[in-house]
Amino acid sequence: MPALWISQARVIDPAAQRDAVGDVFIRDGQFVASLSAAEKKRAKKISARGLVCCPGLVDIHVHFREPGQTHKENIGTGSRAAAAGGFTTVVCMPNTSPVADSAGTIQFIKDAVQRDAVVRVLPTGCITVGMKGQALAPIGSLKRAGVVAITDDGDCVQSNELMRRACEYAKMFDLPIMDHCQDASMTQGAVMNEGIVSTRLGLRGWPNAAEDLIVARNVILSEYTGAHIHLQHISSKFSVDVIRRAKQRGARITAEATPHHLALTDDRLATYDTNFKMNPPLRTEADRKALIRGLRDGTLDIIATDHAPHTDYEKDKEFDFAPNGILGLETALAVSLDVLVAKNKFKLPHVVDLMTRQPARVLGLPAGTLSPGAAADVCLFDPAEKWRYNAKAGQSKSSNSPWHDTILTGRVKTTIVGGRVVFDGGRIL
Amino acid sequence: MPWHRKHLLTLEDLSLSEIELIHAAAASFKKVLGRRVKRVPALRGKTVVNLFLEPSTRTRISFDMAAKLLSAEVISFDAASSSTTKGETLRDTAQNIQALHADMIVLRHACSGSPLYLSRVLDIPVINAGDGAHEHPTQGLLDTFTMKEHLGSLKGRKVVILGDILFSRVARSNIHALTKMGAAVTLVGPSTLVPEWFTDLGVKVSHDLRGALADAEVVMLLRIQHERQGASHFPSLGEYTSMFGLNKTRASWLNPRAIIMHPGPINRGVEIDSELADGDRSVILEQVTNGIAVRMAVLYLCAGGKPENVMPVE
Repeated sequence: MPALWISQARVIDPAAQRDAVGDVFIRDGQFVASLSAAEKKRAKKISARGLVCCPGLVDIHVHFREPGQTHKENIGTGSRAAAAGGFTTVVCMPNTSPVADSAGTIQFIKDAVQRDAVVRVLPTGCITVGMKGQALAPIGSLKRAGVVAITDDGDCVQSNELMRRACEYAKMFDLPIMDHCQDASMTQGAVMNEGIVSTRLGLRGWPNAAEDLIVARNVILSEYTGAHIHLQHISSKFSVDVIRRAKQRGARITAEATPHHLALTDDRLATYDTNFKMNPPLRTEADRKALIRGLRDGTLDIIATDHAPHTDYEKDKEFDFAPNGILGLETALAVSLDVLVAKNKFKLPHVVDLMTRQPARVLGLPAGTLSPGAAADVCLFDPAEKWRYNAKAGQSKSSNSPWHDTILTGRVKTTIVGGRVVFDGGRIL
Repeated sequence: MPWHRKHLLTLEDLSLSEIELIHAAAASFKKVLGRRVKRVPALRGKTVVNLFLEPSTRTRISFDMAAKLLSAEVISFDAASSSTTKGETLRDTAQNIQALHADMIVLRHACSGSPLYLSRVLDIPVINAGDGAHEHPTQGLLDTFTMKEHLGSLKGRKVVILGDILFSRVARSNIHALTKMGAAVTLVGPSTLVPEWFTDLGVKVSHDLRGALADAEVVMLLRIQHERQGASHFPSLGEYTSMFGLNKTRASWLNPRAIIMHPGPINRGVEIDSELADGDRSVILEQVTNGIAVRMAVLYLCAGGKPENVMPVE
């Protein structure tokens, strides 16, 4: 593999507090401080004037649907969507078919990653057997098989007792628990945020209180047991406040926000468009603003996409019958730049931090930096380029995106994994 | 004024003048109902398909009757006899019906928003005959038509809608029509079934039955929809009746010329005292009759019929 010389980029490396125009060098799959004159002569040079060069993006919340639901996505196509979005490390959720609650399934996923993935894809395992919320999954075996966290994402563990034991047990392995916070008893049949819009549309409402209760429960259990709980896709203002106060007490709580909850609100459901249907649902403007404030002050640690592919024919249904979830990987950077930098005056390095170093820190992954010696994962993007996103022409197998056929600003030009260019702005290599 | 719509999906979308146009056409069709030969040839040669994917008696028969009186061919499907029970999607079912050369679909569906969905999939007119807890536009039209027959203009009239509002498409359609027509609407019922969010639609919300009924000129009762509720919305039907059921004492609080309405089916002794349902202030059966005239007007206009051909010359 030839050395790589990325020249004249705006280099943003939050870990090194670096934000300056300069060069980045890669040799043997790792970042190096410099190349010798001879190496430079032979290196592949990428002229990156006008582009931002940052660590490859990290998304710790994606659904790649393999095994079992590969009509929606598979590890190959999901990883290509990641590469096209500038992501070099992603963490996939265990709600596959079968669910990833055994070492064998984890090994199956790892084999598929080895064979098909163009970026780093890391598995999670279930908290409970069958994701049924009744008995602990073999968490130790899952850890040994290589999971980076455990979660029953999509099916929040309802029993406080079982969650408490999961916390205590997972702590022994220093394994984070990621939780989708939803009190199921309050959300039977619910398909959107409960409020003025659901009242008008006659759709069954999902009250933010159902999230807030479990967020508070998780804060309590984390503080009681000392376990690290990562709160997935926070959507409610009240939850942000609960997390803020927990962090002030020093709780081992981390939390994420998705680009869609940062950008969109429930009034977008006025036409019953199922590409705006996800769980947790889009909420109100007050909630959306609270999420942005939470990201600004560090209450929310990271941006994660909850990339959730579904086929056209699955989404093309009555609103009540369509599955929850939207694509995220190929639009996350542009949407985050728009909401946070363009509209809310975040500094660009801050947003890069929320999508690189911070998510890596949450799960203790060796990613999210351009430091010499680190694996050479890079995202090169043009923060100003305007482009029309065509979900049907994207890398994902599915096209369920609320941003289909809209103009986005900020486009990924090159994605590098371990020193190898995997996406060149147009094609997966 | 001309009529431009192909579909009737909601009353929220309609302007006041469109509502008035339908009412005027319905008044003309109501005259037809009084004739010896009731049938008019307006939809001769057209086929109307009633696609009822949720149980209904009244609305389905009413649409059936309306289409037949307009000389249309009528085919009715219900959930049990359609392919949806075999896993066919709504899109496929509807496209098949269109491919069978139906000229119009009347859709009743348990999912809110499904008529809008269907209107995007099909080329033929879609009439909403009730979608989930969203809207039941022909019911809202026939209810306001009936109110106008009794009270004249509804501007400033005090209308109370009492009962299970949260799960009611009838309430929502009436709210949209009544607020456009200038009525002062108050929603009353247990706080679990009448959330404050409704005030965003331009109506008052109250849990004080006496205050709300005082001097009201219309009280519209809604059935308690046990089938849509969880276990926890109110303690029991007995408690509901004792707190919110309309009985003679409570009816005496109404304006002396007030009318009592109910979209049916009624639960005698639950939301309304049996005697009141049959009493002389009750217009419940007039609503049913007016439903035919209103649905004739809607089918006629959405099929492309010219308003001036049915309107009385002024």
